[in-house]
Amino acid sequence: MTPLQPKPSSIDWITLLLYFIFITIGLLSVYASVYVESKPMIWDTSMNYGKQLIWIFISVFIGLLILLIDEKFFYAFAYPIYAITIFLLVLVLAIGTTVKGSSSWIEIGGFRMQPAEFAKFGTALALAKYLSGYNKNFEKKRRDQYISAAIILAPMVIILLQNETGSTLVFFSFIFVLYREGLPGWILLAGLVLGILAILALLVPATYILIGLAIVALLFLLMVRRTKSLVLITMGMLLFAGVLVNSIDYVFQNVLQAHQRTRINVLLGKEVDIKGAGYNVQQSKIAIGSGGFWGKGFLQGTQNKFRFVPEQSTDFIFCTIGEEYGFVGSVIFIGLYMYLLFRLLMMAERQRQKFNRIYGYSVVSILFFHFLINVGMTLGLMPVIGIPLPFFSYGGSALLSFTVLLFIFIRLDANRVNELKSF
Amino acid sequence: MDKTFKQHTLLIIFIVVAFIYICRLFYLQIIDDSYFLSAQNNVLQEQTIYPARGLIYDRNGELLVYNDAIYDLSVMPEQVKDLDTLAFCKVLNITKEEFIKKFERLKHQKGYAPWKPCVFERQITIPTYAAFQERLFDFHGFFVEVRTDRKYKHNNAAHVMGYIGEVTDKDIEKSDGYYRMGDFIGISGVERTYEKQLGGKKGTRYVLVDSKSRSQGRYKNGEFDTPAVAGKNINLSIDYRLQQLGEELLTNKTGSVVALEPKTGEILALISSPSYNPNLLIGRDRGKKYMELLRDPMKPLFNRTLAAPYPPGSIFKILMALTGQQEHVLTPNTAYGCHHGYMFVGCHPHGSPLPLRPAIAVSCNAYFCQVYRSIVNNPSYKHAEDAYNVFYKHIASFGLGSKLGVDLYGEGSGFLPKATFYDKIYGRFRWQATTTISLGIGQGELGITPLQMANATATVANRGYYIVPHIVRRIEGKRNPDTLYQNKHWTTIDTGYFPVVIEGMQDVVERGTAYVARIPGINIAGKTGTAQNPHGKDHSIFFAFAPVENPKIAIAVVIENAGFGATWAAPIASLMIEQYLTGKHDTRKDLKERMIKGNLNHRNDTTATQTQ
Ligand SMILES: [Zn+2]
Repeated sequence: MTPLQPKPSSIDWITLLLYFIFITIGLLSVYASVYVESKPMIWDTSMNYGKQLIWIFISVFIGLLILLIDEKFFYAFAYPIYAITIFLLVLVLAIGTTVKGSSSWIEIGGFRMQPAEFAKFGTALALAKYLSGYNKNFEKKRRDQYISAAIILAPMVIILLQNETGSTLVFFSFIFVLYREGLPGWILLAGLVLGILAILALLVPATYILIGLAIVALLFLLMVRRTKSLVLITMGMLLFAGVLVNSIDYVFQNVLQAHQRTRINVLLGKEVDIKGAGYNVQQSKIAIGSGGFWGKGFLQGTQNKFRFVPEQSTDFIFCTIGEEYGFVGSVIFIGLYMYLLFRLLMMAERQRQKFNRIYGYSVVSILFFHFLINVGMTLGLMPVIGIPLPFFSYGGSALLSFTVLLFIFIRLDANRVNELKSF
Repeated sequence: MDKTFKQHTLLIIFIVVAFIYICRLFYLQIIDDSYFLSAQNNVLQEQTIYPARGLIYDRNGELLVYNDAIYDLSVMPEQVKDLDTLAFCKVLNITKEEFIKKFERLKHQKGYAPWKPCVFERQITIPTYAAFQERLFDFHGFFVEVRTDRKYKHNNAAHVMGYIGEVTDKDIEKSDGYYRMGDFIGISGVERTYEKQLGGKKGTRYVLVDSKSRSQGRYKNGEFDTPAVAGKNINLSIDYRLQQLGEELLTNKTGSVVALEPKTGEILALISSPSYNPNLLIGRDRGKKYMELLRDPMKPLFNRTLAAPYPPGSIFKILMALTGQQEHVLTPNTAYGCHHGYMFVGCHPHGSPLPLRPAIAVSCNAYFCQVYRSIVNNPSYKHAEDAYNVFYKHIASFGLGSKLGVDLYGEGSGFLPKATFYDKIYGRFRWQATTTISLGIGQGELGITPLQMANATATVANRGYYIVPHIVRRIEGKRNPDTLYQNKHWTTIDTGYFPVVIEGMQDVVERGTAYVARIPGINIAGKTGTAQNPHGKDHSIFFAFAPVENPKIAIAVVIENAGFGATWAAPIASLMIEQYLTGKHDTRKDLKERMIKGNLNHRNDTTATQTQ
């Protein structure tokens, strides 16, 4: 099997290096965010950082193991892996433990796992395998489009049933993958517009939106050369938007329960819930803002005032970076993250095998979506959706699943060299 | 679409997002200095504003419960730095060892976290508070929280009002984080059932505090503060004067009085004796005093009116007379003879045979055993069991055998045996009327609470319906919105069967066993009862309503171990009816004196509480 083993030179060392940099900064940030003077040892497993350290060892070990696996394995076992993750998701629905209102955890001997995390790479593998299959054409064939959609939607539905809105939304990132594989650009755009419209419908009275849309439509018609069909299409779209906005409003007012409405309102910043989501964001902004240009320095963040933010070591980990390393550190952090994403995108594009490319795109999209929502949330630009920042946030199953997700791609990419030689 | 464009779309999105985020960071970290405020190591402190608890009045607006400010010394443990322990202990007047012990205890409390404020010393005195306030800046991390405790204007109605106390871990868990260690919550009585209304809503104030515990002002001009919402004031349906008179009359007696307004179900008086002084359960010694009351063998904390089941005795005869008519096995003219009793149930001497009305007036045991027999052995039903089930349905429709749903904590359901109960003892179809004959006169396995007794009386007064008894009349000036306390519950007895029974009850007071209860000018319908007590002397029972033509009060009185109903229960009820209807209570001074002075507790201490 020697020819199939990746040569050390063929592994993308830059990505690997970035990974180690990230988990190191991540661990230090977790340490800083829950640090108490009485327990300064980073390997103290009674503290989050000690636990995180154990998870880092486990993740790195499994990551290295993945690099040693025959790359054909992932192609061959893509469906079984997908099936297992789906099975775990269903299992959780049946026997899961409820943590903070979401019943998405499985507890095995004191360790908690969130199968929703693993569903991400399971789905990525299955989608890649399906679309790279013989005679598959996502761009042209209806059937292929439907099945691809089903592969993505199946885990989403189950995860939504577990009350894990955040993880469900992550699966929307596959739209980038589908776009790359032939989904028309207007769908991406339309999805974006629909999303904005939906949020607007909840924020602003429906009549205002309709008036606004009507004005836009009118301006549009005034500016372009009017043909009969164009006017009709514009009117039709206006009508559709009207129905959509009103029906969202109706569902919100009449179908949702009071506590669901409150949650959405808080999410949208309409209601200030100082103890809950809204407060976390306020506190997060103060922390980041107080970092100033240079930051306060490692462990110098006044975390005591920050313990108001209960999720600081998980969802609000970026606060620690912003507060302790300031604007400079934050920009470097964003730069590094972007560099990783660029790198992975470049790697995905250089793949010759469709399977590898699609998988690579899935990795980039998933990581980007997490970054977009998580950092945006701490900056007060995105609604508070509890999803972790990959490689940084405290949380075992998240770290492990992101490691697996990334390392499978590094392994697939490493084979590129072998491929070249075999030509 | 162009393939190369597709390859670069994501790249463009990345760049745009990174750009937006960096701009945002630039704004937050460099331009907007409102976030920079916190850079000077200011600490955001969350202060709780405690709302005033709602006041409690009686039905006529007499104030019963109000608030008193208390000062709790709280601490934010991690902010305690360079504390001059000696000076601190001196102000608080404790030793250093006590100080250390207290601090250790705090650390082991559930939910302790160094960044969460917790109460260090509860209810410090005003001089201590003043002394402490002077040196507040020397004691970093400590601060004083103002909250309210209860004060009771009178020493009455303890069981009705209940008391408040500190929340338990369970309360905290159930409240979804609303309650904090050391918060007060209603534990019994109205304080408990109306906790939501009386408690109000805590508010929060956010202030910036610098590293020396000096306030730097409101955070963001109070944008995130929530004001405390004061608790709602409540009007009880209790008539305070009536309640007070009742408690006076029950001095040194064990027993219960429940008075209702029949038309509304409002509780006019609710007395459980022995009681306690509500002002004991306030302040720093609350816990100690509570333990004392709990250990008291007289069980003053136990609310007999709601939970103590007594054999109902004669009220059952009334229900029997109504059920018999409804089932057509009895008419007002049905007469039964009595030769000192029926089977093993004895009776006192009186004329014989008698029809229904005089049978009620003399409370003939034999008569009602016969009625019971004719109901249960009714030939129109196949089995005695079927007939009994119908009987059960009628009796239960008066609210017996189950909780009524009063708005007070600790209601019991009493006991009304179902057919299956006898099946278990005697076997199916193996029993009939004579097997369970003592039920006919309200003895045997039966148990009904004084509240149920009063409610059944009110139902008779209403000629066939009741409204669930309740103690809260108005909330913040508006009628108690709970529809449970507005809807009429009709019994299964037709209105037409009531008059003859009521006439019989009127005879009881006019010329029967309860002559002592007669008040000139007021028509009272009543019935005495003597409930057999296997543990000691019989319980004295009387229930009545008045005026007969337009009932304004229905009352049930149970005096434990006091013998005949006419001796104690009837006079007490009569005095209370008079007070309520005329406002006078001293037209029969001798009687009143005799009732108050009667000490029934001392001679049977061992049996007094066994009915629980
Ligand atoms: Zn008799």
